[in-house]
Amino acid sequence: MDPIRVIRSKTVVMPSTNIDTDQIIPARFLTTTTREGLGAALFADLRNDPDGSPRPDFVLNRPESRGCQVLVAGRNIGCGSSREHAPWALLDYGFRAVVSTEIADIFRSNSLKNGLLPVVVDETTHAWLLSHAGAEVEIDLASSTLKLPDGRAVTFPIEAFARYCLLNGVDELGYLLSKADEIAAYEARRA
Amino acid sequence: MTAKTLFEKVWERHEVVPETADTPAVLYIDLHLTHEVTSPQAFSVLRARGLKVRRPDRTLVTMDHSTPTDTAQIFGGVPIALESAAKQIRQLERNCAEFGLDLIGLKDDRRGIVHIIGPELGATQPGKTIVCGDSHTSTHGAFGALAFGIGTTEVGYVLATQCLLQRKPKTLAIEVAGRLAPGVAAKDLVLAIIGRIGVNGGTGHVIEYRGPAIEALSMDERMTLCNMSIEGGARAGMVAPDETTFAYLDGRPRAPQGEAWDRAVADWRTLRTDAGAAFDRTVQLDAGAIEPMITYGTNPGMVAPISGRVPERPGDAVFSRALAYMGLEPGEPLRDKPVQVVFIGSCTNARLSDLELAARVLRGRKVAAGVRALVVPGSQQVKREAEALGLDRIFVDAGAEWRESGCSMCLGMNGDTVDAGLYCVSTSNRNFEGRQGAGARTLLASPATAAAAAVRGRITDPREFIH
Ligand code: SF4
Repeated sequence: MDPIRVIRSKTVVMPSTNIDTDQIIPARFLTTTTREGLGAALFADLRNDPDGSPRPDFVLNRPESRGCQVLVAGRNIGCGSSREHAPWALLDYGFRAVVSTEIADIFRSNSLKNGLLPVVVDETTHAWLLSHAGAEVEIDLASSTLKLPDGRAVTFPIEAFARYCLLNGVDELGYLLSKADEIAAYEARRA
Repeated sequence: MTAKTLFEKVWERHEVVPETADTPAVLYIDLHLTHEVTSPQAFSVLRARGLKVRRPDRTLVTMDHSTPTDTAQIFGGVPIALESAAKQIRQLERNCAEFGLDLIGLKDDRRGIVHIIGPELGATQPGKTIVCGDSHTSTHGAFGALAFGIGTTEVGYVLATQCLLQRKPKTLAIEVAGRLAPGVAAKDLVLAIIGRIGVNGGTGHVIEYRGPAIEALSMDERMTLCNMSIEGGARAGMVAPDETTFAYLDGRPRAPQGEAWDRAVADWRTLRTDAGAAFDRTVQLDAGAIEPMITYGTNPGMVAPISGRVPERPGDAVFSRALAYMGLEPGEPLRDKPVQVVFIGSCTNARLSDLELAARVLRGRKVAAGVRALVVPGSQQVKREAEALGLDRIFVDAGAEWRESGCSMCLGMNGDTVDAGLYCVSTSNRNFEGRQGAGARTLLASPATAAAAAVRGRITDPREFIH
């Protein structure tokens, strides 16, 4: 994975609370055996009518959303199914960060593993972002800060090791494999 | 010695490397459950990096999510209708052959929904760490295991190293006093809990369900309860093992046998939260006050007693949108709302006792005209046991469909779906928009409530049938 440092982008806003991973990508798209190309299925049932034609009123179908890399969502995005296809679809579509007041546990973990930044902000910042769709924000991973267009900066929590891996393009599996001796010793102890 | 919670005891036993400020714990995984939908990309990573599966003996593989439930497609040589599903199934067969894994395959008589067969085979045991690329792995916590869902990248980590990198979560005690009233099921209890704590109430926490009402539950009921922990935002939910747990496991094929069994039980008896151990949070409920419950919205926290009404929340746009999706009005009574589909199945409610409960309502009665009722056992073993009791006849005589096991209409990946706009009373766990098919309107409830709805063709209090 390429290192992540700074993301600068306009925001797309989806104010709904509890956007579950079934909405992010419906189950019928999960029969794939690869992780590529899932952006086409992102929010499929919200984005398109049953006949497949795009719904003009859905936020991602509006011209101003094109190219945006930051999704601001209502509280508790990513709840429900553990499908990693959700961050895969968001990334494939072009998103690089998801901002909310709360991000569900498994989705947050899956996002970090794929370089989609889960950014948890306070209520005030969130309320500002929700009411300023299209605002140009800057997310700096090294300092774990989100900067608003007026220069205000808020820090967001991110697990130290995950941040280290993202900043340096370090792969967690490599790290786990480097613990082979400890794992073998543990297995011997428990046997 | 400091007092510890059940969770802390299980966690500490599995720390290969404890966590520090800079690094998460390396946590050992005793049992890895794997299925066809969330594993293909993980096997691809192993292949690309030239890695082997570290412990095939700790990996239990089956297929359940996209498998057909039609007998002819499984046993009758009829091709699987959905080509993409067939491809995924073949891919799992190839991956297991290549990586040397035993596969509980399509025609295997041990096959079923992964969270049903783990316990059924006795692979799920107290004190184990259990993971699966599936959020309802929380089910296995019913045995006092620490069991949680992971993503596909982590499936790859566990295949390759039998370990995960984890930060220690917080603990939430849910203490349930009293006893469930007659006609009120474990499903009603867990829906009431989610209604109380909200769909994000358990985020970042492991739940321990405690108290007299929990101790009185059977293993099937404890599994229903722990299954839906994730619907309250908690990755894991646990119940301390006790005599009920040991009696369930005794003699199961993968449970310890002989002297090893006695040693295991002696050890499992220590897996209880010590007196005075502290939880980060505690929530208290009275089981006796709980009625049969049913959801009215688009997440499991949008739930009400069956005698209740759809709440009114003027000015809440998200709430209004959910009701518009459901075709319900604020203030509308839930009882007597017409329904078109009934689904009795899923890892929440497709064990034998669930089917017995549904059969008590359906025995000698008919599914109402215009209602499609689908009964899908959780495993092939549940199917055989149900057939030995004649439950299949009760369902078929009533006019319901009786299928081979699988996830089926819980998520509609295999073609068992609900059409747009139709109401489906479902014993599954998620009423999200589109979960059972694009535009489908899901009402989550217990097997008794689902069966009662099938008979009347309307939302019905199951206590009209079960006294
Ligand atoms: S029955 Fe439903 S919730 Fe359970 S594992 Fe299958 S799809 Fe997931």
